Amino acid sequence: MEIKKPAVAGTLESSDCMVTVEPGGNGVEFDLESAVIRQYGYQIRKVTMETLERLGVKNVKIRMVDKGALDCTIKARVECACYRANEYKGYLPWGGVIR
Amino acid sequence: MINAVGREIPDEILKITGKEPFQGNFYKEGKIFTKAGPSIRPVMDNRHSKLLKSIREALEKCGAHDGMTVSFHHHFREGDLIVNMVMKEIHAMGLKDITICASSLGKAHDPLVPMIEDGTITNIESSGVRGKIGESISKGKLKGLAIMRSHGGRVRAITTGESKIDIAFIGSPTCDDYGNCRGIGGKADCGVLSYAIVDGNHANYCVAITDCLVPYPNLPAHISQTKIDYVVVVDEIGIPSKIATGAAKPTTDQRKLLMAQYCTDVVVNTPWFKDGFSYQTGVGGASIASTQYLAEIMRERNIKMGFGVGGLTKAMCKLLDDGMARVMLDVQDFDLDAVANLRNVNHHRITAGAYANPLNKGAFVNKLDYVVLASLEVDVHFNCNVVVGSDGMITGAQGGHPDTAQGAKCAIVICPLLQGRIPAICTDVTTVTTPGESIDVVVTDYGVAVNPARQDILEALKACGKVPLKTIEELRDIAYSIVGEPRKVEFGERVVGIIEARDGTIMDVVREAKEFKFED
Repeated sequence: MEIKKPAVAGTLESSDCMVTVEPGGNGVEFDLESAVIRQYGYQIRKVTMETLERLGVKNVKIRMVDKGALDCTIKARVECACYRANEYKGYLPWGGVIR
Repeated sequence: MINAVGREIPDEILKITGKEPFQGNFYKEGKIFTKAGPSIRPVMDNRHSKLLKSIREALEKCGAHDGMTVSFHHHFREGDLIVNMVMKEIHAMGLKDITICASSLGKAHDPLVPMIEDGTITNIESSGVRGKIGESISKGKLKGLAIMRSHGGRVRAITTGESKIDIAFIGSPTCDDYGNCRGIGGKADCGVLSYAIVDGNHANYCVAITDCLVPYPNLPAHISQTKIDYVVVVDEIGIPSKIATGAAKPTTDQRKLLMAQYCTDVVVNTPWFKDGFSYQTGVGGASIASTQYLAEIMRERNIKMGFGVGGLTKAMCKLLDDGMARVMLDVQDFDLDAVANLRNVNHHRITAGAYANPLNKGAFVNKLDYVVLASLEVDVHFNCNVVVGSDGMITGAQGGHPDTAQGAKCAIVICPLLQGRIPAICTDVTTVTTPGESIDVVVTDYGVAVNPARQDILEALKACGKVPLKTIEELRDIAYSIVGEPRKVEFGERVVGIIEARDGTIMDVVREAKEFKFED
């Protein structure tokens, strides 16, 4: 999936995260700011990378400001940001790459 | 050396501090010691005036010097102006290596951070620290060690002479020109001066600071003229709206109300809930709600409380006013209703020492049936952490937590299973502040766990059939199944703080926080 333009999903509310994606030409550049980075930094990165891989996003600058979101929330925000950035207008593939 | 709660206390720290590792709650039971006393400068000349013009003059008259220890109380809570006022003068005098011995420090004291960084303040002894000071200590900015003591532990440290106070600065809501201090009245009305009594008894010099000078004699004095060297009048000692807030609004948070219900169910179904029982609780939404639920059942069954104690709130004082409690014992007032309630003749002031000092001849906490506490973290060994955040930063205070938990027959900790993504029930707490042997019941929104050492409580709760019992491991597993198992927080090598047990042994150490970086 191609990241065609910058897009944002999520909020800065507690237990949510705000994900910003931008077109990038250098693989996945991941930047994380998290209230729980010491305990869950690696887990958050793992979930983000898995989600991007599932969506087939190869080149992206992705920035996440996390306020203690659970894995399911992180997945949903990353998926949403990427589809917005792709300008995708069709039916979303629920149960496909969106899980 | 590994101590009784399984924490590694570095030999070097034992050597520098001369302290022993924690060896269990009753290690010092019956061990005789001699109290330390202050140096006194007598006042016999009837022409002697104690009134001084400024803090600066008081510091000079009291022989302020490099390396001295100054002490403060925290009855003005987040409205305190005294600590910053005095430290600003000490800083202006260019003094270095100061030890602050405070009953607690909070966000109001953020202005001390630059003084920590420039070596004015090199040691801190306190119940705990919040805000920027905590961050500064965790980042290794304090040259010496931060020692965190419970309220009872502080009185113990001062009376044994382990903490020697050179000058105590006692903010007093009202005071006369000869040093009779009262905690009530004036502009910065905090009700009581309980934490400062030991400073009055043991500091070499005591300076009363007031913004409400009253005609002599200001009686009954909470700290007597016989303890006070000098009196300084300033414009303002505290910000009233931040000292005692209005009574907290009853919570509508369903999670807190659920925990309050479980907590009340625990209390009323254990054997100490009978006429004359004793009780302490906190200021959190769940604590206040559980006091209200408890009051309903007390009314139904015609059970009256013998005494309530602690930092007091409207909810506790209402029990007294309604004739449902015989006396309230007051070490601190959290809201204006509690301050006003001191007019009730059965609402008694007690000192922090009488309240909780483990090495006197029996503190009030020893007579507690129930205490309801909160905690940042509880682990599967029932150890609690109330000082260090799950991210490794110092962010809280021991307060009376270890004192009351040890003293009470049934110590109940209320904490939601999850705080955002952070599991409050975990395998090992970040830092042990209250040992598991003191904690009997843990109430969460997902169920209630009883310390296996307390089969009596477990049997009672099983028999009543009202409380959703789980093991502490089950609670942890539920938490981890929702948020994932947290990675152990990494610390630097340097020890920046000590968590002192009530009796002066070392419960745990706090190490320097480390910036997080992905390692690959």
